[in-house]
Order: sequence, then C-alpha cells, then structure tokens
Amino acid sequence: MIDVVYFAWVRERIGLPREQVETNATTVAELIDELSAREERYALAFSDRGAIRAAVDQTLVDLDAPLKGAREVAFFPPMTGG
Amino acid sequence: MGVRVQEGDFDLAAELADFGRGAGGIVTFTGIVRNNDAGNLQCMEIEHYPAMTQRAIEDIANEARSRWDLCDLLIIHRYGRLAPGARIMAVATASAHRADAFAAAEFLMDYLKSRAPFWKKEVTSDSAEWVAARDADEKALKRW
Repeated sequence: MIDVVYFAWVRERIGLPREQVETNATTVAELIDELSAREERYALAFSDRGAIRAAVDQTLVDLDAPLKGAREVAFFPPMTGG
Repeated sequence: MGVRVQEGDFDLAAELADFGRGAGGIVTFTGIVRNNDAGNLQCMEIEHYPAMTQRAIEDIANEARSRWDLCDLLIIHRYGRLAPGARIMAVATASAHRADAFAAAEFLMDYLKSRAPFWKKEVTSDSAEWVAARDADEKALKRW
C-alpha cells in the first residue's frame, strides 16, 4: 500500500486529497496508468501527462521514476510559487 | 540562514534587524498579490504540500549557498488566502559583494516560482481559476 496525495486541480478533478492505493506499478507512469483505468475522474485528471508533475517521498521526480520502496507519491500541476 | 513557510504575515524590516551581520550588501525581494487586469480579484488562494515545502525550499537555498558567496539568506513564503496588496513571500541575500547577493536572489526567485510546491488560485467576484505555470518561468531556470 502506498499513500497517494493530490494537489490543486489534480485534487479537484479526482475529488479527494489523499488515498491509500494497492498497486503493482513499478514506476510513477504505471501508477498513473492504473489510476486512469479506474474511473473517468482519474482519466480526466491525468489526461494531459505533460501537465502532471510528481514527487516520490516528497522529492520531485520524472514520470518514469521507479516506485520501489516508495511510501508516498504526490501528483500535481506545474508549481506556481513565488 | 532561515526558511519559513507560514500562513501569517511578516514584517521584513523586523526580520532584517539582525540579518547579514558583516555583509557588504543585502538584497531583498518582496512578492505582493497584485490585482488582475479586470480589477476584480478577491483573493489569491495559495495551496502547498506541507510535507515537502520546507525541505524543497531548503534544498533550493543550499544550492544558492553552494553557488555564491553568501553570508546570510532568508526565505519566507506564505500560504492560504491572501488579498490584493498582501505580501506573499520575501527573499533576502547577504554577501560581501553585491553581484553575488543579486544573482543569488534572482536564482532563488526563479526556483521558488517553478520548483517549490505551491499552487495559486485566483478567486474573483465571478470565478476561481488555477494560475497556469508559464513557459517563461520554466525557461528562466535554464540560465542558471
């Protein structure tokens, strides 16, 4: 089980801020595939992969990053700080 | 060196009272919520990733310290609902020489914009829209 957290419009489209997910995914991209196959709201949130950023255990990663040992994966749009 | 992520306002003058002792110069930047072109902004809602924000900013700060000769550095970034005119964030850098202080401050601003986990939502009298990241912000990172 891993914790999956969502922020900004990814959170709004999926409709929840956090959930626990049972997954066989070995990469972040595979996790997106699994989630997208679940329900339309996930497919909608992840429809533009180029607009999705991810962090594994609070570190920014590319979508092809491995999930081995990960406890928390976050999905969010490009950041707009400053 | 200090990195603070907070909901409340800050007083930059007070923050700088003991900042950068012995430096040759201090550069500061304060980001402020500006109204939109239509002039109907009610507030900017700033969401962040609490488990990640502090460390992400500290990593950016450490990168700046490794690149430039800084004797002090301060970053404050707010979250929550901020009205037009409110302070959002501030960066201060202190160095023996101004070139390092200016360059480090610009570097920090560029990285905070695109690599610190904050998201802004613009709430107006008739809509609420997430602010989109700009290509120019991503390009700004490439100069470093």
